[in-house]
Amino acid sequence: MTAVLTRDPVSTGKQHGTRRGPRRAYHFPSYLILVVLALFAVGPMVAMLFNAFKSNSQIGASPLAPPTSLSLHNFTTAWTEGGFATTMRNSVILVVGAVIGTTIVAGLAAFALSHLNVPGGGGFIAYLFLGSAMPVQLFVVPLFSLWTQLGLTDSLFGLMVIYWATEAPFATLLLRSFLLKVPRDFVEAARLDGASDLTIARRVILPMAWPGFLTVALIVGLAAWNEFFWAITFIHDPAKRPVSTSFLAFQDQYSTDWGLTSAAALFMLIPVVLLFIALQRRFVAGLTSGGLK
Amino acid sequence: MTTVPVPAPSRTSVARGRARMRLRRGLMAWAFLVPLLVLNVLVVLGPSIATVYYSFTDWSGIGPANFIGLDNYVNAVKDPAVRDALLHNAIWFVLFLSVPMALGLLGAYLLSQVKRFAMVFRVLYFIPYVTASVVNAALWKMLLSPDSGIGHYLGTHHAWLGDTATSLYSVNFVVDWHWWGFLAVIFFAAMQSVDPQLYDAAKVDGANKWQQFKSVTLPGIRPTTIFIFLMTIIWSLKAFDYIYIMTHGGPAGSSEVISTLMYSQAFNNYSAGYAAALGMSMTVIIGIVLAVYSFLRKKGWEE
Repeated sequence: MTAVLTRDPVSTGKQHGTRRGPRRAYHFPSYLILVVLALFAVGPMVAMLFNAFKSNSQIGASPLAPPTSLSLHNFTTAWTEGGFATTMRNSVILVVGAVIGTTIVAGLAAFALSHLNVPGGGGFIAYLFLGSAMPVQLFVVPLFSLWTQLGLTDSLFGLMVIYWATEAPFATLLLRSFLLKVPRDFVEAARLDGASDLTIARRVILPMAWPGFLTVALIVGLAAWNEFFWAITFIHDPAKRPVSTSFLAFQDQYSTDWGLTSAAALFMLIPVVLLFIALQRRFVAGLTSGGLK
Repeated sequence: MTTVPVPAPSRTSVARGRARMRLRRGLMAWAFLVPLLVLNVLVVLGPSIATVYYSFTDWSGIGPANFIGLDNYVNAVKDPAVRDALLHNAIWFVLFLSVPMALGLLGAYLLSQVKRFAMVFRVLYFIPYVTASVVNAALWKMLLSPDSGIGHYLGTHHAWLGDTATSLYSVNFVVDWHWWGFLAVIFFAAMQSVDPQLYDAAKVDGANKWQQFKSVTLPGIRPTTIFIFLMTIIWSLKAFDYIYIMTHGGPAGSSEVISTLMYSQAFNNYSAGYAAALGMSMTVIIGIVLAVYSFLRKKGWEE
């Protein structure tokens, strides 16, 4: 598993182009197919972007055509009707909470598993691997029962704790691969100076491994923003819903009003796409390393 | 050391001190794992063990549970809904393996062939993978709707998601669409690590592009392909989100898979014990796949 998990597509990706001897100046057929594939990937999203600016009669007449005018009517209606002010706030709380909690929990574990001698650490790492491959169907029902007894259903905090627990194994393994790159000499030197393990973690590891932490934060934040299964199972109160499940309810309610649902979908989509484009190398490196998920 | 007469007793005390020190260090190290362990036991491991127990009971999801032996498992084997769902999982697996893999390999290979804009294409291919399942589902519900989508231009008014003959395939298509770009990026990365001299050697031997792909690229990325193949079995068994969002397993169970069936048994039919047995069965199958994977890995297929 590790062979695939530790492969870094970003650093190897750079070498491309210099490899295969002299090249023909034109690769027209290759580019043609690449463009067709690109249209297949993002074309549907462009259609959605178009429809968000169109009225229903315009969509009915020509579903995929660009809008003739830039009416923001769908956006304002969707924002208020969908309660996006509330659900966005809920999702931001969830994302921030999930990122902070997971990074701390996984950071501590990854530090121990990379720079301290943990008796039985290898077995624990194997357990993390196996655990993240198990289906949620294995534990969702008793967990729901337990959460009901603890009063953690219909609670953002209750959902957040589930995100910590389900994201932490993957985050630990990914962070560990970053922390292993911090030279042991640095840690030993700090230890000889009398620094405690916790000080070493904070003063030596954290500053040197921050790209790893940023990557993990992005992946966990994205997962929490997009997350659907836990949210729909554990949150039924509309005022507590995150954007994902609230958008689904909104879409069921306005199922044929494609202009309105397109605008609502863009509220959820645009932040992700912009952030992804800005930090795509980090996203891709992190997401492709988590192949087990 | 043995020539020094005196330190014999002090040596053992030093050793004992060192052992104590090592124990202390070991405990300190485990202390860093405590938050992760507590969370895992509370959310994953504890409830998982509870599922093992509940799968032998008639638990409704709330209140007490009565032990009923293997009844849930016997019923699951006899249940036609389970059989249909597993058949859908199998269809899902075949499609989910072939379509994204073919598109992913095609995209990755072309990306490795071109000099410019490879990174731009990579980003575009990857976008559907990072967008939320609810958004992608809504998007394709629109495009596959009988009158407001692609059908409008093709002149059909077919309800792709509402027809029992096409619902499963339509949802699978959407999942393939969101997935293949991810595979393209993974395969692209794997292709970068293929030794370029092999291509040169193949060219000297007069191999054309297709022959190069078949006899250099594909063998070169074999570990990745096997990994994806085995993971696809697991992913296909776990398929849930898009089906639940787009069809709820319907119409008339035509797109029901094992995980959506299990979910509705647990949360709509209050047959949590039965659902637990289904969840256990899924886990056992996934465990077998992982065992096969580690067996193959030990046998050394990687190199």
